[in-house]
Amino acid sequence: MSILVLAEHHNGQLAAGTAHVVGAARAIGGDIDLLVAGENVGGVAEAAARLDGVARVRVADNPAYAHQLPEPLADLLVALADEYSHVLAAASTEGKNVLPRLAALKDVSQISEILGVESADTFTRPIYAGNAIATVQSSDPLKVITVRTTAFDAVSEGGAASIEALDYIADSARSRFIGEELAQSERPELGGARVVISGGRGMGNGDNFKLLDGIADKLGAAVGASRAAVDAGFVPNDMQVGQTGKIVAPDLYIAVGISGAIQHLAGMKDSKVIVAINKDDDAPIFQVADYGLVGDLFEILPELEQKL
Amino acid sequence: MKVLVAVKRVIDYNVKIRVKADHSDVDLTNVKMAMNPFCEIAVEEAVRLKEKGVASEIVAVTVGPKAAQEQLRTALALGADRAIHVETDERVESLTVAKLLKGVVDEEKPDLVILGKQAIDTDNNQTGQMLAALTDMGQGTFASEVAFGEGVEAGEVRVTREIDGGLQTVALKLPAVVTTDLRLNEPRYAKLPDIMKAKKKPLETKTPEALGVAVSSGLTLLKVETPAERKGGVKVGSVDELIDKLKNEAKVL
Repeated sequence: MSILVLAEHHNGQLAAGTAHVVGAARAIGGDIDLLVAGENVGGVAEAAARLDGVARVRVADNPAYAHQLPEPLADLLVALADEYSHVLAAASTEGKNVLPRLAALKDVSQISEILGVESADTFTRPIYAGNAIATVQSSDPLKVITVRTTAFDAVSEGGAASIEALDYIADSARSRFIGEELAQSERPELGGARVVISGGRGMGNGDNFKLLDGIADKLGAAVGASRAAVDAGFVPNDMQVGQTGKIVAPDLYIAVGISGAIQHLAGMKDSKVIVAINKDDDAPIFQVADYGLVGDLFEILPELEQKL
Repeated sequence: MKVLVAVKRVIDYNVKIRVKADHSDVDLTNVKMAMNPFCEIAVEEAVRLKEKGVASEIVAVTVGPKAAQEQLRTALALGADRAIHVETDERVESLTVAKLLKGVVDEEKPDLVILGKQAIDTDNNQTGQMLAALTDMGQGTFASEVAFGEGVEAGEVRVTREIDGGLQTVALKLPAVVTTDLRLNEPRYAKLPDIMKAKKKPLETKTPEALGVAVSSGLTLLKVETPAERKGGVKVGSVDELIDKLKNEAKVL
């Protein structure tokens, strides 16, 4: 068995999720190669070669792959796929964008966002926004898989894989990169944050979300919101945590003024520790919270910020 | 310009699902069903393109059992001109759906295909990408903006995409596939007169056989289980106690 892992990188840096995907590949077993595709990615390839368990780093350094557009990237993966039994990528927006395209071109199914490896062909994955766990078995000759990175430990560094250049250049006539607008926030991105603090309808209005900012800054946390808070217009919907928003699994999730509807729980109930701050003693959120504090958030939040 | 919109019938997002006692699947009997929320956004975007004069015709399509015609009628009430139902009672994987949709694309030759980024039942997030691959089209996934006209070259669509670190904008050569993210728009509600009118709009039924697609899958669903229940914890009396517990008991601070 041999496994190809699509390495993810941004601004010349190997993305942290890649080490978790290699962790999933090790759980499957077999030789592990990493594919680094992009423009001027020498540094990324060197970082990738240090990941434990990686046998070989294959590098496609060409302007055609500059912005990770899925059309050329999938064509490149198709050109390599016959050498492998499995192709893995993180279930990030990038992995989700590219891998189904590869799967269709190879006429195989894709297994999305695996949580566990039962064997080389059998995997567990969440369905219905994590409210059920499905075990699926693939009989396809090629297993195309995206990995929920929070479900697998990252491999450590210390490896010394060989680095090999690829000269395959894919045609990219179907799409063009125009531009990028990356969030300039000092705060971590919601999906990958170690700590998340979210506000719900109980915040009352958008201005009051500022009460969360100071705490978020002190904890290095990302700020999220419930659908109720988004629907009420308090915050934009890219902050929404839940079934139709983002799914998060941080070490610490602090839910403030959030009742805990199924829809919201679906997006955060895999967090390691959940804290609920709510004035309603009967709010369903307390049924899943490890630590609950009943009281007025307008008194509790400033006190919490000050004491942290 | 002709726009094809794919919609899916799924369990209503507010429903608390039940896993069947034999762990074969989720129990769908007597459960409220609805149009997948991301598909609603796809229909809304198509209707807005028509209102702007960009789209001339909207064709809604679904793959699924007879009852899925309800969701096609909803799409018609929201502004689609006609509908195509690819009827099958089988469990269909994303790859099969993409192949069936390719069959419809080959017949209808739309300039733009809009799908939701994922269905909230299987949570696959695959069909749009697979359809784009099979039809050799460019793909604009997780779209938060779809633009034609000023600043956009003829024969292209400009798509702003939600990516992990922010937003990315790409231009796709038409025909192209776009999948919708939550931020794209706010879907409207169907009005009663439109629901009545939708009953008279054309709805054509096709079979997978007629489209030359075998409903098969490389995946076998072995079992479906309820995830480990989360136990409620303790209530603390003060902020000091909370910080103390987080530091010394949970060790997350």
